[in-house]
Amino acid sequence: MSSGTARSAPGLEPDRAAAAPDGRAMADQPKWRRDFPIDAGQDDYVSRRELVKFLVLTSGAFAAGQLWLVLKSYFELSFTGAPAAAVAAVDELPVGGAKTFEYPAGSPPRLLIRTGPASFVAYDQQCTHLLCPVVPVVDQGRLHCPCHNGWFDLATGQPVAGPPRRPLPRVTLEVRGPTVYATGVEVSPS
Amino acid sequence: MSSRSRFARSQRMTIVSGMLAFVVVLVVLQLWLLTASVNAYLGGDRAIVVPAAAASLACFGLNAGLLRYLLRLE
Repeated sequence: MSSGTARSAPGLEPDRAAAAPDGRAMADQPKWRRDFPIDAGQDDYVSRRELVKFLVLTSGAFAAGQLWLVLKSYFELSFTGAPAAAVAAVDELPVGGAKTFEYPAGSPPRLLIRTGPASFVAYDQQCTHLLCPVVPVVDQGRLHCPCHNGWFDLATGQPVAGPPRRPLPRVTLEVRGPTVYATGVEVSPS
Repeated sequence: MSSRSRFARSQRMTIVSGMLAFVVVLVVLQLWLLTASVNAYLGGDRAIVVPAAAASLACFGLNAGLLRYLLRLE
């Protein structure tokens, strides 16, 4: 620094001189500023220092958010080991028919769809865009979300059109005799 | 404020401005990391969560170190 007051010395406080924002000497300032001499330089310094503190706090919040995500991922319940549960009788649904169920109990609503005489699929009923209920359109081989015109493939649950970017979580099924059982939930990568 | 400082105010002002630039860049990086990892997590990709958290913690550690240095300037 070229300033002549670059270094503090005992008994000398070069930074103490209040500098007016316009840079003129204090003697040239209006009376109100001489009476209440705000040190603009110090004011700027403190403002930036406080902004740095706030941003470091924000940085800590982001790091905490990342840790929360790690913990959530680590402790997230896996339904793949949940016991199988009967969700419908085979004859209960006509081909193209659908019904909602919960698996496991208390879960978000799932949608069981009969796509053929011996084939069933089941997905979360909530659209992965904004959680509107999806509606099966079996003759087109798709699921439709009417809220924002989102479409999913009926066979895979993958999004095929509209705003959704993530597939519908799929419930794995087993047909044992006259009954359809849910055996697990798959959340496949997008 | 301490009456004794290793640096004049003009020097501290330069230091804090440079530090602020670093911190802003790191915080923006952390914001991007959090957005990207939440997006991946919701899409079912869990592999990215731990490396992203490590990177974010490293950024926070750097920011905290800079802040510590800033507080010791005075």
